[in-house]
Amino acid sequence: MNERDLVIVGGGPAGMAAAISAYENGIRDILVLERDQFLGGILNQCIHTGFGLEYFDEVLTGPEYADRFEKKIRGISGIEIRLRSFVVDLTENKVITYLMPGKIETVKARALIMATGCREKTREMVHIAGTRPAGIFSAGLAQKLINIEGLLPGKEIVIVGSGDIGLIMARRFILEGAKVKAVIEVQNESRGLLRNMIQCIEDFEVPIYFRHKVSKIIGRDRVEKVEIAELDGGPGGKIISKKVIECDTVLMSVGLIPENELIEMAGVRLDKNTNSPISDETNKTSIPGLFVCGNAFKVYDIVDTVSKDSVEAGRMAAKHLGIKDEG
Amino acid sequence: MKKKITCIECPVGCSILVDIEDSKIAKISGEKCPKGEKYAISEIENPVREVTSTVRGEGLSLKLVPVRTRGAVPKGRIMDVMEEIRKIKVTKDLKIGEKVSEDLLGLGIDIIATRKADKK
Repeated sequence: MNERDLVIVGGGPAGMAAAISAYENGIRDILVLERDQFLGGILNQCIHTGFGLEYFDEVLTGPEYADRFEKKIRGISGIEIRLRSFVVDLTENKVITYLMPGKIETVKARALIMATGCREKTREMVHIAGTRPAGIFSAGLAQKLINIEGLLPGKEIVIVGSGDIGLIMARRFILEGAKVKAVIEVQNESRGLLRNMIQCIEDFEVPIYFRHKVSKIIGRDRVEKVEIAELDGGPGGKIISKKVIECDTVLMSVGLIPENELIEMAGVRLDKNTNSPISDETNKTSIPGLFVCGNAFKVYDIVDTVSKDSVEAGRMAAKHLGIKDEG
Repeated sequence: MKKKITCIECPVGCSILVDIEDSKIAKISGEKCPKGEKYAISEIENPVREVTSTVRGEGLSLKLVPVRTRGAVPKGRIMDVMEEIRKIKVTKDLKIGEKVSEDLLGLGIDIIATRKADKK
């Protein structure tokens, strides 16, 4: 069987930082598998600024931040990048099966770094009653439709949850001519960064309802309205009042969850609540030589920290392979 | 008069207090770095924001090319700038930082690509 010193699954910010660091720490045989046709992962659709201040001391957009790493990684001959490579199976012995257009491949990794990112929580995970019409999107999906595909998912938007992606998307919809009728947050304050509350919500006078939840989604074929309920004291509180807001689109921005089905398949122990690997140390898992970095390990607030911690994963992989620290 | 400003220069989000006397800034406090002071002054005198969006690509590897304003736009002109950005179409190869439009609306602001696009 084809064997490689290091295989990295995922070519987003975590995977790229880990690959470069692994090379810099002495690994010379590295394979990066990325399911998309581009490197960069989610950064490609994050066209807003706010990335890189910590890592590069510059304010960059997502694609610019990704490009810094892509340029570097493309210049290293010891790193092979395979795009449109979708991993479907992983064993405890780090045997990886992946699909490429027209073929199926298997590779055994002496060390493995999983940089598979996270996915968005859905309406089903926060239990909203009502019908199941068209017009309900996760915030990140709406971001992809607008920024990559050039499609506007709706005209009158209600955003559930005030995570950063939801706030960023409130501004993005407004810039594209849609109306954001409300942001509904069950907590007492925003879950997103303060600066996004200012530049995405206050700047555009978007109504934000704290201590409220969406109690029902109404609509036959398409979303027609939502019913919101004010909760006494916030989550779990008694309903004090109800109100109906007309809209054609509901955006879910209710948190992220690490994407770890593959390592679960391999037998890595995961925390059932967070879906993160159970571990005493960042990037490590219950299987020696199998590392997890970036949002697949835990959901980070900013990409700069993802890069930093993923650099550590590259170093750990080198150590696992018995390569002496050159620095 | 006192005005409270939340700095948006970095994820910290410092709460900055600006004392205004005779319509002039008398004192700025609460910022943890010099960027905060600069931001607070700008917020009082002439609030500005960088704008990011996309422009249509034709015959390129990307359907949409992400762009940003080089420099910040007066807050009140953001929607005007967006309207102009929407009219832009690009048909040639683009490198990151390359101009797709110059001196938009006479504001002295260029629109630059933030992602590489190749001709198909």
